[in-house]
Amino acid sequence: MPRVNLSHFEAAVLFSLLASVVLGITTKKTTRERLNYGAYCFGCFVFALFAIGWAMKLGHG
Amino acid sequence: MAETQVAAPPKEAVPPINTWILPVVAAWFVPGLGHFLLKKTGRAALLFASIALMFLFGLFMRGMMFTPEKGADYLTSLINYGGFVCDLASGAFYLCAAVFGYSQPDMPGDVHDYGTKFLVTAGLLNILAMVDAFEIAAKKRD
Repeated sequence: MPRVNLSHFEAAVLFSLLASVVLGITTKKTTRERLNYGAYCFGCFVFALFAIGWAMKLGHG
Repeated sequence: MAETQVAAPPKEAVPPINTWILPVVAAWFVPGLGHFLLKKTGRAALLFASIALMFLFGLFMRGMMFTPEKGADYLTSLINYGGFVCDLASGAFYLCAAVFGYSQPDMPGDVHDYGTKFLVTAGLLNILAMVDAFEIAAKKRD
């Protein structure tokens, strides 16, 4: 079985992308709403990734 | 002063089991198959691709599969049993990995840790897909 060594950032972005697709499909009723919500979720994931990353960096000094 | 009574909204009747059991079980066994049986092929393909990729990357990153065993304390037991249920929710992917002998001990390291989270999340996302298949089969949404 192949072995994958993703960096923290790559793994988090991949996770965000795949989870956003499923969240968009399963929670909204029209195609447009699904696309918008999927993009919104992905944006929130990536924003949280940077925000929490910076918070931890600044918190550690 | 006259009392006004607000009538409780009527409870929705549970749809007959034979209308939704096949799509829900199919959705558990193969992610997206429930939607495929309900003629939602585009959504079925996207669900299958997303959940399969999530699970496969979890395996490729050598994530740990949870086993239902009692831990040293209540929280550890809860994590073990909860993780096992989430892994099992991936359906055929989990069963194939178990049958082909995938066994990865819990190891330190961020890649392994991400792998474990990917495996658990694949199951959680499949539970969302199962609920969606139920709602479509029960005509609660399109």
